[in-house]
This record gives sequence, structure tokens and C-alpha cells, in this order.
Amino acid sequence: MTPEEETEFRRRQRGRNLALGGLLVFLAILFYAITLVKIGS
Amino acid sequence: MTSATARPLPAEWRDFFALTKPRVMTLVIFTGLCGLLAAPGHIHPVLGFTAILCIALGAGGAATLNQWWEAGIDAGMKRTAGRPIPSGRMAPTNARDFGIALSVASVLIMGLGIGWLAATILLVSILYYAVVYTIWLKPRTPQNIVIGGGAGAFPPMIGWVAVTGHVTLMPVLLFAIIFMWTPPHFWALALFIKSDYAKVGIPMMPVVRGQASTRKQILAYTVLLVPIAGAPWFIGETGAIYGVTALALSLLFLALSLPVAFRRSEDGDAMKPEKRLFAFSIIYLFALFAALVVDRIAAHQGIFA
Repeated sequence: MTPEEETEFRRRQRGRNLALGGLLVFLAILFYAITLVKIGS
Repeated sequence: MTSATARPLPAEWRDFFALTKPRVMTLVIFTGLCGLLAAPGHIHPVLGFTAILCIALGAGGAATLNQWWEAGIDAGMKRTAGRPIPSGRMAPTNARDFGIALSVASVLIMGLGIGWLAATILLVSILYYAVVYTIWLKPRTPQNIVIGGGAGAFPPMIGWVAVTGHVTLMPVLLFAIIFMWTPPHFWALALFIKSDYAKVGIPMMPVVRGQASTRKQILAYTVLLVPIAGAPWFIGETGAIYGVTALALSLLFLALSLPVAFRRSEDGDAMKPEKRLFAFSIIYLFALFAALVVDRIAAHQGIFA
């Protein structure tokens, strides 16, 4: 791997990790909200 | 670093997003939301949001599985050759696993959060699109668009059932409306877009049965659409706001399909009537479902608990 490829590799990896992390945080908040609604009703 | 040189670049997250066909999903979200808002009864906004999210995730999963299966076909057509898998930006197995993960997650969250009837219909719609349509019938029959339209017809039904918890005549009618709408919508497009479906062995109606037959079939479906779009009013499930709007829209749709049905096009034809019919078909669906929601709100049946 050339240094340029290495940089690109890391950039894409970081982008995917951020997307996945954001998704997990979103789901955690959603499940919390669903639980509150279900307990409340 | 020699061992690392063979390592392929990981696909970008944008390519995963592209696999879910975001543009098709806007229509899925809109019709699903309208089904949910028009249904009698109450649903908590958080649960309503979850139901729509699951419909969208399921549609994205099915679209992804469709592109995984059709990567070879897509590679042979100009319009689709740039998609993530045929262009080589993503490994096919990654797309397959992503599609399965989206589908399974959408059905499970729908089942646990909303209800298992809505989840079951969602599962059926995903399997219908990914297996019955994509794998089985699309490459085998020129009626493939009619069958594919069935997949697009599920969202408002699922949105409705998410609220009511059971299948009645109304969600079935909403399904039937989109089912009847899809063939004239798509075939109008197919008449004026030069596609290379024939090259990759997908039997599209204008290519297999010819222009004249396709035009007659467009008319047949728009004729059938008039009573079906009006049915929710005729059976007393909606008020006149929906009824009059639906009939006016459907008759206009029918009027625009008449010139398409009774003409032939020559080479170099501008295809004005076909383009007009296609453009109107999109307005038709948005306006019809919007009228359904406005009608419900006007009837003071309440939307959210």
C-alpha cells in the first residue's frame, strides 16, 4: 500500500465507523423512547 | 506492507446508502406515512415514527438484495452500470449481508415495537420483492412491472395496520390503488426511454409485446383505477374531500392516457403525451394520498393520541 492508499483506506474506515456508531446511538435512543412509551401506556 | 497491498479498499458508507435506493424510498415513506395518518385510531408519535422507519428499512433491505441479485444484469445496462456492485466499489457478499441485516432488523423492530401483524406483512413485502419479483418473475414475464407494482403497494397497507392492528377492506384498497397505478406509470416511461433491458434479457412489455399492446394495456389499467380509487368514498370509509379529489384525479389520469393509447410513435417522435402521462402519474399518487390524509383530519377523527 502506498501512503496515499493508506490514507484513503483510513478515511473510508473512519467514515464507516462513524456511520455505524451514529446508527447504534440512534437505535439506543429509539429503543429507550419506545420503552418509555410502552411503560406509560 | 506487502501483505496489505492485496487488501481491497473498504466500500464507503455512501455506497451502502445508495444500495437502499433512496429516491424510491421517498415514495415508500410518503405512502406509508399517509396510510398511517389516514387510519382510524391513535398511535403515539414515537411508535408512528418507528413504524415508518421499519417500512423504510425493509424497503432499503429489499432494494439492496435486489441489487445484489441483479449485479450481473446491472453491469450490462448504461443506467445501472455505475451502481456500487457492478462498478466494483463493493463486494457482492457485503451487499447481500447488509440487505439481510436491514430486512431482519426492520421486521424484528416492527414486531417488538408495533405489532406482529404489521411485521408479518412487512416480511411478506420484502420476500415478495426480493424473491418472487427479483429472482423468480422479473426475468420470466413481460408482466413483471405488474408484479413489481405489488411490492410498491405494501407500504400504505403496513402503515394502516400499524395503527389498527388488523387488515380491513381499506388497507386492501390502498394496496389495490398503487397496484393499478404502477403499470401505466412505468410503461409510460418505458415508451419514451430507450432502455437496454432487451440486451440483458429482461422482458419489458414494449419490447416483447410491442408498442401497440403496451399502449392498450396502459389504458386498461387507468380505466380500472377510476372505480378502485373512488371505492374508499363509495363504501363510506372516507368523506367527499377524498372522493371528489380521487375521482377528479383519476378521470384526468384517464383523459391523459387516451392519447397515449390511441397513437403510434415514429422515430424522432417527441413523445409529448407519454411524458405528460408519466409526469402526471407522480403528481397523481402524491395528491391522492395527501387527499386521503386531509380527508381524515377534516373528519376530526384525530391522528395522534
